[in-house]
This record gives sequence, C-alpha cells and structure tokens, in this order.
Amino acid sequence: MATTAEAVEREQKLQGVGCSRRRKEDARFIQGKGTYVDDIKLPGMLFGSIVRSPYAHARIKSINKAKALAVPGVVAVLTADDLKPVNLHWMPTLGGDVQAVLADKKVCFQMQEVAMVLATDRYAAADGVAQVEVEYDELPAIVDPHKSMAPGAPVIREDIADKKEVGHGPRTHPNHIFTWEAGDKAGTDAVFANAPVTVREEILNPRVHPCPMETCGCVASFDKVAGQLTVYLTSQAPHLVRTVVAMLSGIPESKIRLVGGDIGGGFGNKVPVYPGYVVAIVASIVTGVPIKWIESRIENLSTTGFARDYHGIGELAADKDGRIQALRFTALADHGAFNSHVSATKFPAGLFSICTGSYAIPKAYCRVDAVYTNKAPGGVAYRCSLRVTEAVYLIERMIDILAQKLNIDKAEIRRRNFVKAEQFPYTTALGWTLDSGNYRAALDKVLKAVNYEALRKEQAEKRARGELMGIGISTFTEIVGAGPNKACDILGISLFDSCDIRVNPTGSAIARLGTMSQGQGHATTYAQIIATELGLSSDEIQIEEGDTDKAPYGAGTWGSRSTPVGGAAAAVAARKVKAKAQKIAAHLLEVAEGDLEWDVDRFKVKGNPSQAKTMKEIAMAAHTSNIPDGMEKGLDGSEYYDPPNMTYPFGAYLCVVDIDRFTGETKVRRFYALDDCGTRINPMIIEGQIHGGLTEAYAVAMGQQLVFDSGGNILSNSLMDYFVPTAVETPKWETDYTVTPSPHHPIGAKGVAESPHVGGIPCFSNAVVDAFAHLGVTHMDMPHSAFNVWKTIHKLGLDKHA
Amino acid sequence: MAKKPISFMLNGRKVETLVEPRELLIHVIREQLNQTGSHIGCETSHCGACTVDLNGRSVKSCTVLAVQAEGGTVLTVEGLPKNGTLHPLQEAFTQEHGLQCGYCTPGMLVRAYRFLQENPNPTEEQIRFGMSGNLCRCTGYMNIVKAVQSAAKKMQAAGGK
Amino acid sequence: MIPGTFEYHAPSTVDEAIRLLGEYRDEAKLLAGGHSLLPMMKLRFAEPGHLIDLNRVQALKGIREQGGMIHIGAMTTENELIASELLRKKCPLIPEAARLIADPQVRNCGTIGGDIAHGDPGNDHPAIMLATEASFVLRGRGGERVVPADGFFLGTYSTELKADEILTEIRVASVPAGTGYAYCKLKRKTGDFATAAAAVQLQLDGKTCKKIVIALTNAGPTALKAKEAAAVLTGKTVDDKLIEQAAQKAMAICDPAEDLRGDREYKTHMAGEMTRRAIRQALARAQGK
Repeated sequence: MATTAEAVEREQKLQGVGCSRRRKEDARFIQGKGTYVDDIKLPGMLFGSIVRSPYAHARIKSINKAKALAVPGVVAVLTADDLKPVNLHWMPTLGGDVQAVLADKKVCFQMQEVAMVLATDRYAAADGVAQVEVEYDELPAIVDPHKSMAPGAPVIREDIADKKEVGHGPRTHPNHIFTWEAGDKAGTDAVFANAPVTVREEILNPRVHPCPMETCGCVASFDKVAGQLTVYLTSQAPHLVRTVVAMLSGIPESKIRLVGGDIGGGFGNKVPVYPGYVVAIVASIVTGVPIKWIESRIENLSTTGFARDYHGIGELAADKDGRIQALRFTALADHGAFNSHVSATKFPAGLFSICTGSYAIPKAYCRVDAVYTNKAPGGVAYRCSLRVTEAVYLIERMIDILAQKLNIDKAEIRRRNFVKAEQFPYTTALGWTLDSGNYRAALDKVLKAVNYEALRKEQAEKRARGELMGIGISTFTEIVGAGPNKACDILGISLFDSCDIRVNPTGSAIARLGTMSQGQGHATTYAQIIATELGLSSDEIQIEEGDTDKAPYGAGTWGSRSTPVGGAAAAVAARKVKAKAQKIAAHLLEVAEGDLEWDVDRFKVKGNPSQAKTMKEIAMAAHTSNIPDGMEKGLDGSEYYDPPNMTYPFGAYLCVVDIDRFTGETKVRRFYALDDCGTRINPMIIEGQIHGGLTEAYAVAMGQQLVFDSGGNILSNSLMDYFVPTAVETPKWETDYTVTPSPHHPIGAKGVAESPHVGGIPCFSNAVVDAFAHLGVTHMDMPHSAFNVWKTIHKLGLDKHA
Repeated sequence: MAKKPISFMLNGRKVETLVEPRELLIHVIREQLNQTGSHIGCETSHCGACTVDLNGRSVKSCTVLAVQAEGGTVLTVEGLPKNGTLHPLQEAFTQEHGLQCGYCTPGMLVRAYRFLQENPNPTEEQIRFGMSGNLCRCTGYMNIVKAVQSAAKKMQAAGGK
Repeated sequence: MIPGTFEYHAPSTVDEAIRLLGEYRDEAKLLAGGHSLLPMMKLRFAEPGHLIDLNRVQALKGIREQGGMIHIGAMTTENELIASELLRKKCPLIPEAARLIADPQVRNCGTIGGDIAHGDPGNDHPAIMLATEASFVLRGRGGERVVPADGFFLGTYSTELKADEILTEIRVASVPAGTGYAYCKLKRKTGDFATAAAAVQLQLDGKTCKKIVIALTNAGPTALKAKEAAAVLTGKTVDDKLIEQAAQKAMAICDPAEDLRGDREYKTHMAGEMTRRAIRQALARAQGK
C-alpha cells in the first residue's frame, strides 16, 4: 500500500487492483469489430443446418434425403448412419452419460437433432432442411418428472436400459439417473422427530434458460494435409472441450485447436458440448472444408442447456425462538432426456449441499433424485454456480417460512441463525468450510440504508388499507471457484487454472490464461491484478484467453471461477516473476536481496531509496548479460493454480414490491444489493456484474419459464413468450458492499458475477410472498408473473371491487 | 431463384450487390457486404441486435428484405465514427461501462444514435422507452441509460452532432 | 430464420398493386410493415409465392383532414401516427394506442393498415377503430367501397377484405372538443400483445355521459365492441357502481384464447379491469383532469 503522495500517484498510474478503469476490450465492441463465431468466414465454407424432431418421444421409421439432396446448393445430408462408421452418433457428456449426436432409431425430446444438411449458404441449407422427410411413430411422452419412475412408465433411454448406473451410482428404474445425498440422515431425522417447531414446504424451481444474446455455434475446419482440426466455437471451456474432442475423434490433442474468440454471453449455456459442434466437426473431416453451424434462437431455447427444474421439498426443524436445529432438503431433478450438464465427478447435483446457507445449522441432510423426461437435456446453467441457485432458493425461502410460522421478523430470524464472524472458517453440517464472512454486518448495513423499520411500518399501514406491499430479504452465501483437487474434477480432470506471463524487454507484458471471458472483462481485470503485482501499467499488460494453441490449460469460465482460480494463478505467476526480478534488482544494485523493499513499481534499497530499479528497467536487464551468473535469461512466470478451497462470496439483498391487487402485476419499488466478494479488483466491473445478475434474477423470478404441454411440446421457446425484460421493466439497482477478504486467495478476492443471480432470485420471491404473508400465504411458486400472482389474489378474494 | 441487383448507400458509400428477393437485409450487410458489426440474436424480431438506420429510421434489419433498401441510405455501427473519431455515444458507452459481452452493443449504439436525433434531451424514462426495442442480458441497462444520458449532454454542449 | 423463395413486386400505384393481386391471387400476399408477415415467413408458417410490397405506393401514405373527417393512409406507420399533430388534436385515441404497440424499431415499419387488415385479435388498432367508429376504404378490381369498422372483423385472421382488395385508407371523425379517450393495455412486458386491453371514447354533457363506445382487444376471436357495457353508461352520470356494471357486461362477452399470457378466467377478468381503468381515464380526460 503506497503511503507517500508521490507513491500514491505512481500507484494510480498503474490502474491496478481497486481502480474502476475503463475496459481494455471495449474498443472493438463499440466499433462492431468483435469476432464472434458467426463473423468468421473461411474459404470454401459450407453451412450446416439441423433437421429436428417435431415429437417429444418417437421412433424414427425412415429418413429420406432424396428431395433435400436435390435442392440447389445442398451438398450433403448427414444422419446417425453417417456418423456410425466413426462411432460418433453417440457422445459422452460432461455429466457421465451418453447423448445422441444425431438420433438413431428414436428421438427423446422435441427438437432433438435428427440430421444435418450441409449447403453452400444458409439459405440453401434452410431449404434443404425443409425437404428432408422423416417418418416417425409417436410414443407416449413423460413430461412430469414425478411420473418418470412410475411402474410401467415408458422407457426413455432404451440405449442404456440395462445399465445399472450412469456415472453416479446405482439406478432403481430405467428412467432414474442417480440419487445423491449428503449429511447425516439418521441424526437429522432424529432432530426433526423431537423438534419443538417444524416447517415443510414444496418448492418448485422452474425450468428456465440462460438465453445469452448470442446463440451457440461453431466453425469447424479440418485441414486434411496437416491433419489439423481447428474449431472456432462458443465455448466457456475450450481446453476441456478440446480434450473431449480428442477423445471422441481420435485426432491427437496436439493437432486440435479450439478458439473461443468473442463470445456474446455465456451464463452457463455455452459449457456443454452440443451435437451441432460434433456433427460440424465430423462434416469438416469428411468433406475437407470448413463447416459453420449457428443455431437459431428457437433452437437455442429448445435444445441447449436449460437451468433448474428442481422440484424441492424443504424442511426445517427449530426451537421456539427460530433457531434452526436441523435442515432436510430433498429435490426431484428433471434432467431431460440425457444427463448432459457439467458435473464434477463426486457432485452430480453440483454444489447443492451449500443449502445450509449463511446459517449455523447443526444437523443437515439433503438428497437429490435425478430422472429422465422427454425434454431437452441440461440442468446446470444460468449463473447457478452449479446448483447453488437451487440450494440458496430453498434455504432463503424456508427461513422466511419459518419466520412466518413463528411470527418472528424476517431480518431478526436471520440474525439469530447467522454463522457469526468469529466462527470463520466455519465448516457446515454438509461439509463445506466457509472461508470468511461477516453476515451480520452486511445485513445491518442494508437494513440501515433502507430504513427497514420505516418500511415495515409502511407495510402495516398499507395492509390495513388492503394494499399489497412486500419486503423481501435474502442473505446468501455463495460457493464458487471450482475447485480444489481433493474436492472436484470433471471427467477426472482437475479444476485448476493457469496463467503464463511473459515480460518483454521494453517492459510490457503478455499473460495467457485458461479461463474464457464471455463479457466479464478479463482483459481488464487480470491486467489489473498483474499490474499491481508487477508495478507495470495495466494498459501495458495484454491478456489472452481462449485459443488453446496459445493459452495454458484451464477449465474455463463458469461458476464464477475466474477470479478465484484464474485470478489466483495470475497473482502467483506474477509473484514468481517478481521474485526473479528481485534477484536481478539486487544484482544490478549490488546489494543482497534482503536489502531491498518493494515500492509500487520498483525495488528500493532499504535506507537508501534513491537506489532503485523499476520493473521496466529490470525487464530490459533480464534480456541482457546484466543478470546474476547462472540465471536464465528472460522474465517469465507461470502457475498452474490448484485452489486450496472454494471461495464463499456473500451478500445481503432487500427488495420492496408493490403488487396491483387487480391485475397481479408486481412493481419493484426498490432493490438494495450489498455484495461482499472480498478484494474488489475493478468496482465498475463488479457493479456491472451485479446489475446484470440482478436483471437476470428479476427475469427468472418474475416471468421466465420453459413451458411444456402434456405431449412434451415446448410452448415458450421464442422471445415472444420467453421473458427477457427490456429497459422499461427492469428495475433500478442500488449497490453497496463490504469487504471480507478470502484468507486463502492470494489477493483475497472471491469472485462475484453469479452472486446477484443466486441471491437475487429468492429476494424477489420472498418479497412477493411477503406481500401476502399477513393472509397466511407461506409460499408461491415462480415465476411471479401477473397471471400467477393473480391466481393467489383471486383465491383470497382480494380483487373484489366494492 | 434469379438474383436481382440492388444498390444503396452504406455508411456513406454506394454499394451494389445481387440478392434473391427473400434475402434479409441483415444477412446481406453481414455476409455480402462484410460488415459484421450488426448481429443476429433471434428470428422473431424481438431482440434488436440487428438494428440499423434505414432512411433515417431505426429498423430491425432481420425483418427487412434487402430489396427494400434499394436506393436507400443505411447506417450501421461501422458508420458511426466521423473521420476516424468515435461518436460521442461510442465514447460514452465505454466511459459508463454500458457494455460487457458487446453482442447487443452495435444495435444499442445505432438505435441510441437515431433516438438522440429524435429526442436530444431525453429523460431517463424516455431513454428506457426509446431503447425498449433492444435487449441486453449482461448489463441490466442502467449503464446503457447512463451512457445515453452522458452522450446526450456532450452532444447538446457541442451543438448537437 | 430463412423464408422460402418468392417473387417480389414493388408497385408504385394502388392500381398496379390491385392488378398484381388479381394476377397472382392465392399465391400473393401484401407486404405492409412486414413485422407480422415476415416473421411468419421466416418460420415458414406462411410461404406465399409472390410478395406485393406496398411501401413504395405514395398514395397510401399521409394523414389529412377533410370535412370533419381524418383520412389516414393505410401505409401510415405507427411512429407517424404518434408524431401526427393532427391526430393528437383530432383523434388522440389513435396515437395513444400506437404508443403501446411493439417497440420503437417495429413502429417505424408497422402500419395501421397492416395492423387492421391482418385480422389478428391481438392487434390493437381494430379495437381503436371500433371505439372511434372508423370506416375503411377498400379498393379492388371492382372499384372502391367504404365499410364501417363495426362488422369488418369476422374471425381470427378473417375480415371483410376480399382477396382482390386492398385497404387504402382509414376514415375517422374528428372528435368534438372535450372528448375523453383512453386505451388501457395489460401486457407482460413492453412490446407484447395485450393480455387484455380496452379502448374507450366518450363525450360528456355536463355530468352525463352523452355517448360512449367501448371496445376490447384480444378478448375474443376478433376485437369486440362492448355494446351492452356502453349502454350501461349512456345517458347516465358515471359513478363507480355503473363502471362496475359496465365492466361486468364487458366481461360477459369475452371469449379469449388461452395462452401463456393467461387462461380464460384471468384474461376475462383483465378485460374487465382494463375496461374499468379505461372508462375512468377517459372520464378524467373529458373532465379536463
């Protein structure tokens, strides 16, 4: 920390950690010069378009390509039969299952991939798709996951009907995927049996979709002469996908290059490997020309990784003062037709066991039963930190329900149950060690800022007049930064991340990392971390991600892991550079290393500060003979960082809503969001993430849902019906913060981008239910659309006109 | 289907190309004329990522046939800078952090450009309503609104360019 | 995302457009704003062999006043309706509704004629046309005829417009001074179709409601004129009790389609609620509030 005015000035010039500097990546975006995958044009490139099933469950009787092949511009039509010779008609998923690349014999969800038409341009490809003739025999579809394991239920996955397990333990039914549990069941049951107070509620977390502005797509290009495969694609984890592609294709991984260029939003939608990618790759190998596949919005909403679809039962046991003694959460998880979402090996239900939340709950048990249905595959997506959205929604709803049962104020009950500041690091009853936190301080700050007592008073007055006003509170703890070697892996690969820094002679640097920005600002924030460590301006530190030929291996960007893992790697790599620089400085200044101290951007001799060498000077020296004997030239540092723990950002949110008792419309009057993500690298970027995450939370809580009819037909799969709020509906967000650094992270940072989504959703929900709490309503399922809210209003008779 | 020749002004220059009647203006701009700044985010005319300025009006170019641009004037994000200088809106968007992934940004900029021509001194509510044809998933709109306000101020001060 | 192939025609006169319609008959569709038709064609729900683009027919543009009537060219866009000083003064219900349709970009293309002729019960102008007692000029090979809006809308996607006819002009009376008007539209978000909407235009005589017309959007297979609801208030001093009765009468004629905006019960209740609000707002405007 710089102390003198002169040092402060030098520090500010670096624009390092803590500086709300402009983003370095903006220049190309504001000029329309980004390179998104659909911007890529390669010579000879063909366009691929997918033929999809109109039925949710059907046998394929025949596929007739003749008419399609006769369409001018159509070059080929690929079906499962064309992929069989290379054994790619099925592919392993990141969830331990297999998924049909192109449907063979049957289809298991509406819009499932059946064939790909390759044509000279997208217009001819569309014409070709319209001419492919597929005959189906419809089968009964399972849409309600509660019916998946009924005796005699139609078998969805005939391909694995005999398999006793699908990657995660024994199955009890052909439509069963896995059962996963954590905690002490017997102990928890015993507490419930004797508890003075228990509450129980059935809580739905509806199926929604991340819907990034850019849909998924790729350009696959196989160079027959060099035997080299290059794929430009919308992937949040290019290295992991490269490894999967190597395993699938048999091409050596060293001859596969994946490029995640500019990605127009990910939010978890761009983690899975989609059939479109695989067919495009095969098509390129077979034809020898590049193949572009870009899905439409309807295809995106209908077939790519959805989120949630958890049918939960929440139970809390407590004493009469609302102190929770035990927690018992179970969920029926609807995964769709294939278990395709990313799953850490030991965590098929993600990090659901964080469901004890911010509270010191002595006994807990949770169980997730996952089943197949005739719907699109997925489940883990959408700023969820791997099922943390599901977990936090449950605990934050249940604590409100407990508060209502005991007539305890909803802020007060949280205070009574918080893990206290002095208890950190705190290991929860389900095994997570929360690194640091001060939940009480965060909540108190929020309540003061909004004048909570006055709001409750106003609410009481409004209730007396028959008006519906709700106050929602959410005090959440997130778990991000996957992850420690000992805790998790994907397909066996550890979830470390990496940073490779090279400082050049004239004192600027380039750093390459294994994460993958889709708008989070890595080109800026990683540069800021390194700038502070090395004393070089963040303007002069280039950040690269996404090209697997250049970037060191990493697990990509999802689950808010970039700052906790990639940021840590950047800091540690920079410190290696700095350690070498210190040796060179000592050599140049002819002192011992221990005689030097670091001052913002230079090493000074203790007691003789005019004797100093800046990092820039050292960088030049490192490439000359002016270095200690026996030392390697150059000024590089590289780190593969295996985090010792996850990180646990947290927050306190408060929402005030006014509900129109005649239409059911909810107006968000105020939303106050306090986030603690530890050390704040770029406050402007953090605030932007909060705004975005809250807006997505608002969309989920207030209107988003992927709706199916009883035949498995998806109804809300375009932007006509899938609720994406405009600037008019979106509330104004008030943001605040506290700083509780992570004790184990090199710069104390925790990551933040998913917190507003994880914490925001229950906050809106709690506010809506709170508006009816005085009438005995304990829970209302999302989405809280005007229609859904009106159903409660109407049932209670609140919409009668005098 | 035989292609017909069309020509129009694109970002101040005359362009000529051959199109089928069914070709959408967004595809012609992106693929034949290689201006890939305007983007495609949906096919139901909701998202606004494809917004261009056609004959002085903001339109969704995914719902306009290229043949309908014949003889007209089209402005896309690539045409916003003047003599190498960024438009005040482009400066403002980066100053106010009004973009994250950048995908909706060209559409936002081109729409904001025309919006400020129509309403040089807007209230916040008017900005939100005026930009309601452009969806964003990353920013939550607050900083986009700030950027438009900031640009409006600068442009008013500079005499409304 | 990609329409099927078609031949494209861009006539510059109404007669030429009619001739083309006659030549290509069932194969042809008129292209007005294109923001209903082109999305349908992109999803291949509609695959006309010929598109007749009306955007270059200058005779279909323009808003003018003639003998107490406002004449609105069918190809007037929503934004042109909003910007019209003439309409703001002489028939404000029309720009009021236009402001609630779609979004700014779509309003630059979408036309009042297209909105009316499409026959979509979700479109807003039909109810406005009923509430303002407008009439439509239809021109075909046989000549021109003028038909009242009331009776023009026959069913979902079905209107009085014959296959060889083009809607060329909308005619609506200049409203007397002191006319109250309102269009209350409940929607899931900006730009959505109405979950339910009510249009009201009324004139007061002192405290008495001399005349009132009420029409509903998206509450049935077509826009609905709520005649009995209006009758409740005609010649009476409007009070809460009568407004409630009118709303009940409006609800009684509703026959909405169920969709993701709501079930029949919700939509019907919302039609009632929008009716209440539209009456109140129209009343307040008539009273100069």
